[in-house]
Amino acid sequence: MTGVMALRMAPLSARIGLAIVALYLFCLLFAPLVAPYGETEIVGGPWAGGFWDPAAEGPATLLGTDHLGRDVLSRLIYGARNSITLALLTTTLSFLTGTILGLLAAVRGGVVDQVLGRLVDLVMAFPTLIFALLVLAVAGSTLPVLIGVIALLDATRVFRIARAAAMDVAAQDFVEVARLRGEGTGWIMRREILPNIVVPLAAEFGLRFCFVFLFIATLSFIGLGIQPPTADWGSMVRENAAAISFGILMPLFPAGAIALLTIGINLVIDWAAAGHHGVSDER
Amino acid sequence: MNAETAGLAEAVSRLRVEAGGAPLLVMQGLVIETSGLGKVQRIVDGIDLELHAGEVLGLIGESGAGKSTIGLAALGYVRPGCRFAGGSVLFDGQDLLDLPPQRCRALRGTRIAYVAQSATASFNPAHRLIDQVVETATRQAGMGRRQAEQDARELFARLALPDPDHIGERFPHELSGGQLQRVMIAMAMICRPDLIVFDEPTTALDVTTQVEILACVRNIVEAFGTAAIYITHDLAVVTQLADRIVVLRHGRIVEEAPTRAMLAAPRESYTRSLWAVRQIRKTPEPDHGAPLLDLDGISASYGSVPVLKDVSLRVRTGGTVALVGESGSGKSTLARVVAGLLSPTAGGVRLQGNGLPRRLQDRSRDQLRRVQLIHQSPDAALNPRHSIREAIGRPLQLHSGLKGVAREARLRELMALVELKPDLLDRLPGALSGGQKQRVCIARALAAGPELLICDEVTSALDQVVQAGILAMLQRLQKELGLSCLFITHDIATVRAIADEVVVMRRGAVVESGPRDAVLETPSEDYTRLLLSCVPDVDPDWLTRLLQQRATAGDLTDAR
Amino acid sequence: MHGVLAMIAQRIALGVATLFVISMLVFLAVDMLPGDPAEAILGQSATPASLAALRQELGLNKPLVVRYADWTAGLMRGDFGRSLANDRPISELIAPRLGATLSLAALAAAIALPLGVLLGILSTVHRDRALDRVASTASLLAISFPEFFTAYMLVACFSVGLGWLPAISLSSQGGFVETLTMLALPALTLSLAVIGYVLRMTRAAIMGVMASPYVEMARLKGVGPWGVVVRHALPNALSPIINVVIINLAYLVVGVVVIEVVFVYPGLGQLLVDSVAKRDIPVVQACCMLFAGTYIGLNLLADILALLANPRLRRPRQQEARA
Repeated sequence: MTGVMALRMAPLSARIGLAIVALYLFCLLFAPLVAPYGETEIVGGPWAGGFWDPAAEGPATLLGTDHLGRDVLSRLIYGARNSITLALLTTTLSFLTGTILGLLAAVRGGVVDQVLGRLVDLVMAFPTLIFALLVLAVAGSTLPVLIGVIALLDATRVFRIARAAAMDVAAQDFVEVARLRGEGTGWIMRREILPNIVVPLAAEFGLRFCFVFLFIATLSFIGLGIQPPTADWGSMVRENAAAISFGILMPLFPAGAIALLTIGINLVIDWAAAGHHGVSDER
Repeated sequence: MNAETAGLAEAVSRLRVEAGGAPLLVMQGLVIETSGLGKVQRIVDGIDLELHAGEVLGLIGESGAGKSTIGLAALGYVRPGCRFAGGSVLFDGQDLLDLPPQRCRALRGTRIAYVAQSATASFNPAHRLIDQVVETATRQAGMGRRQAEQDARELFARLALPDPDHIGERFPHELSGGQLQRVMIAMAMICRPDLIVFDEPTTALDVTTQVEILACVRNIVEAFGTAAIYITHDLAVVTQLADRIVVLRHGRIVEEAPTRAMLAAPRESYTRSLWAVRQIRKTPEPDHGAPLLDLDGISASYGSVPVLKDVSLRVRTGGTVALVGESGSGKSTLARVVAGLLSPTAGGVRLQGNGLPRRLQDRSRDQLRRVQLIHQSPDAALNPRHSIREAIGRPLQLHSGLKGVAREARLRELMALVELKPDLLDRLPGALSGGQKQRVCIARALAAGPELLICDEVTSALDQVVQAGILAMLQRLQKELGLSCLFITHDIATVRAIADEVVVMRRGAVVESGPRDAVLETPSEDYTRLLLSCVPDVDPDWLTRLLQQRATAGDLTDAR
Repeated sequence: MHGVLAMIAQRIALGVATLFVISMLVFLAVDMLPGDPAEAILGQSATPASLAALRQELGLNKPLVVRYADWTAGLMRGDFGRSLANDRPISELIAPRLGATLSLAALAAAIALPLGVLLGILSTVHRDRALDRVASTASLLAISFPEFFTAYMLVACFSVGLGWLPAISLSSQGGFVETLTMLALPALTLSLAVIGYVLRMTRAAIMGVMASPYVEMARLKGVGPWGVVVRHALPNALSPIINVVIINLAYLVVGVVVIEVVFVYPGLGQLLVDSVAKRDIPVVQACCMLFAGTYIGLNLLADILALLANPRLRRPRQQEARA
C-alpha cells in the first residue's frame, strides 16, 4: 500500500492526528515568520487583551499577554521550537542507546544480557520523576543534565521493548542459520534482526516521544526543566499559574498546546500500529 | 414460540431423526469469506454436505482446504475475521445461520459438541478439569452438579483415563497431551450430543498416543450412536473411523464417497495424491561408502536435564541415515549437537575422521561450510525481509567468495537444481508457497557446498504431494552431488522413501539401528515393534486388527 | 507450595537488595558532584566559614563508609538528619506531609482503581460497541493530557466557573467536609488519569486472553458473552490486572508530586520539589528514599500477587497422572 493510498483509507481520527502534527511541525520550522511578535518582546500590560476582550488597550493580541506583558500566541509558537526540539533530541538519543543495547542483549545473551538487564531493572525500580529530581537537585538543572538524565531513564524502557522484540526474532530459525553460517554479532543485529523490528520500534518512537515531551513539560512546570526566559510550554503554565485564581484562563493555552500534541501523536500511532499495542503501559 | 413448545418441537424432531428420517445436518451452498479490509477471499466456496444420525463423516484435505472452517460452521460459528457469505447450515431442520444468537448458543455443547486439535491449549488453565467438563451440563442442560460429576467420572473410566474418580480435580497443566485429549472427548460427550465435530484431535500427538485416542473416539461414538464429523489431513487416520469421506481442496469438494469405495477406486487424481509419499520407496544403497560422520558416545543436557545419553551413530559418504523417534526422543537435539548449536557434555563428533570442535564459535568457516542444517519450517528459516537472491547469495559470497557475473550464474544454477524458476530470485519469501520456500532453504544449504546435510523434519510441515516432490528431489541431489544425509523424521512412510539406514531413538538413547529393511521389517526391539505397529495403514480394518492383536497378545503398551 | 514460597522469598530478597543499592545511589549522589559537595551546594557566595560549617553538618570530614553507615542506621531508626534550610529534624518535616500525601493517594485509589477495572471489563463484554468506543477514546484523552492540564481544566470548571470547590488546597485544618472539599479536585485529577490507564490495561489484558483457544472452546460449548469474559477470560488475565492496579497505586503515591504543586497541597511531593529548588540535599535524600521505598514495596507486592494468581505456579506439575 502506498503512502497516498494509506492516507486516503485512514480513519477520521488518524487524519485529525496527522493534521495536528503537521500544524506543530509548521510552527516549529517557521516560528519567526508565523509569530506576530518576538519571543521576549513586551507588548502590553500583564494578562491583558485577547480575543475575548476586544476593547482592551494596547496592541492586538489573539490570546492576550502573559504575566510580563509578552504576547502569549508568539510565545506559544516559539515554544513549539524549544519544547519539541528538545524532546526529539532526547528521544533520539534514548532510542539509539536503548535499541543498540537491547539488540546486543538479545543477540549475545548470557552475561551481557544479564548485566544489562540487572542495570535496567535497577534504574526502573526507581520512580522516574523522583530519580530525575534527585539528579537535578545534585547536578543542577542545565540543559545537558536534563537531556542526559531523561535520555537515560527513557533508554531503559526502549531497551526492554527492543530486547523483547529482538528476542522474538532471535529465536527464529533464520538467525540460527546465520549463526551456523558464521555471521558475526554485528551482521545478525543489523541485517537479520533490525529489519524485522523496525515497524514496532517506529510506533514505539512515537509513544516514547510523547512520554519524554510530557516529562520535560512536567519538569518545566515544577520549575526544574527549561529555564526562563526561553519560551517553553511547561514553564509558561508555571509562570502564569497564579492567574487562574483570578479567573484568567491563560495557563490553559500552553497546557492545551501540550495536550493537543500528545493527542495528535497518539491518534496517529493508534492508527499506524493497529494490531500492535495502542498505548504504552508506561507508568 | 415459547420455550416449552420449542422444547417439545425439539424432542419431536429428535425422535424423527432417530427413526432414520431426515438428515441430522445439511449444508447447502455454504460460502465463508474473510472479512478483512483488503481483498475478500472465499475460504469455503459452495459446500453441500449431508450427515445422518449416527454416521461418521471424514473431512480430509491439506492446509488451506477450509476443513476446520467447515467443521466450525457445523456449530454455526465462524472465527473472528471471517463471515458467512451464503448458503445454509440446517441442523435438525433449523438453519443455524438464521437462528438468534442465544438459540444457536443453546445448541452448542448440548446437541452439537466440538473437540479441538490442541487439548493443551483448549483447556482453561485457571480451572479444574471437572469444572470445565460439567460446565455445559450444569449451566445449560440443567443437570444437577452431583449427577453431572458422577457422569463425568463414568466417562473418564470408559475413556481409560487413570484414576477416573479423582483426575477431574487436577488442573490442565498436570496432565499429558493424550490424557487431556481424552478428557476433552468426555467434555464433548457430557450432554450426549447428537453430533460431535472432531478437529484433528490426534495431529499434535505421537503415533503411540494417537492409536489410543482413535480407539477412544471409535468406542465412544459407537457406544452412544453419536454422529461425527472427523477432520484430518491424514488419510490413514480417517479411514479407521469414517463411514464416508469427503475430500476438500481450496474450500471446495473434490470427491465424496463411502470409505471403502474411495480407497478401492479414487476418481480424482488429487485424491490419489493424498497418499503420494507412501508410493515412493528408495532402493537402499549397499553400505560400502566410507564413513563421513561419526558420533561417538554423545551425551548432552539442557541445563541440568539430560537429553542425550551415550548416542553413537555413523553416516556413510553418499548414504542417508533416518533418525526416527517420538517427540522428546532427542532426535532434534542430536542434530543440534552435530551442527554445533549445543555442546555435548561427553563424546565427540568426527567428520571424515577429524574431530569437530564442540562449540560453534570454535569451528572454522570451512568446518561450518561442510555441515548444513535444513530446518523443519521454511517460514521460520527464511528471513522475511531478505529476498531469495540475498538468502542464497550470502552463503555463496561467504563460503566461495563469488561476485558479479559468476555469482549470478551460480545463483541460477542453484535455482535450477532445486527446480525453481530464476525469476523468483527477486521475490521476498512471503510471495512463495511452502514447498517453494523449502526448496529455497535447500538451495541455500547447497550454496555453501556441503558434504553433510542434516534435514530436521524438512517435509513434515508440507502437504503430501509437495512432500513427495521434495523427497524425490533430495534423492536426485544426493546422487548427483554425492551428498550424505542425516534425515530426522517421525514419519515411517518418509523413512521408506529416503533412508538407507535407520536409527530408532527413545528418551535420548538409541534403541535400535541397522539397515532400513532389517529394522522396519524385522525389528528386534519391543519399542521398535510398538512404534511400527502404531503407524496407521490406509486400510479400514487396520485399527480393528491392531486392537484385536493387542487384546490377544496382551497389552503391548506394557513395553512403554 | 514450597516452590512458590521459595520464589516469593527470592523476590523479597531481590527487593531488599534493590532498596539497598538505591540507598547507596541516593547517598552517594552528593559525592558524585564535581569538586567539593559543600562548595557545589553553597555556590559562588560561600564564605570559608559557611563552607566549614556545612562540611561539619554533612559530616564530610568523616570517611565515606562511616557516613553511609551512620546515615542508614539513622534511616532504620526513623532519623533522617537535619534540614540544611531550617535546621529542623527532617522526620518532623516529613511526618505530617507523608500523612497528607497518603490520604490524597488513598482517596484517588479508592475512586479510580475499582472504577477502572470495572469499566475495563465492561468494555470487553461490549467490545466494538458504543460503550467500548466511548471508553476507549475518553481514556486515550485522559492519559494523553499532562496532569496539570487536567488539573487546570477542572479548576476552570469547578472553581472559576461554578465556584463549588477551592482552586488551591492549602489548609490542612478543618472538619471532614472541609477536608473532603479540599481533596476533591486533586483526587479527581489523579483519578482521571488512573482510570484511563487501568481501563485500557484491563481491557488489553482480557483481550489478550480472548484470542486464546480455550476461550474459543468456551464459545463452542455455548457459553454466553458474560460467561466467556467473567468465567473464562478474566481468571487468566488476573495477573496482569493485579499488576496494573498495583503499579498504578505506586504511581499514585509518586505521581502526586505534580498535583501537589498545582494545588499547593502540603504533601511530600511539594516538600521534595521545594527542597530540590533550595538544594536542601538531606531532605531530598529522605524524600527520595521514602518514595523509592514505597514504589519498590508496591512493585514487590504486585510480583508476589501475580505469582499467587497463577495456578501453574501455585500447583507446579509434579508428575503426570500415570497411564
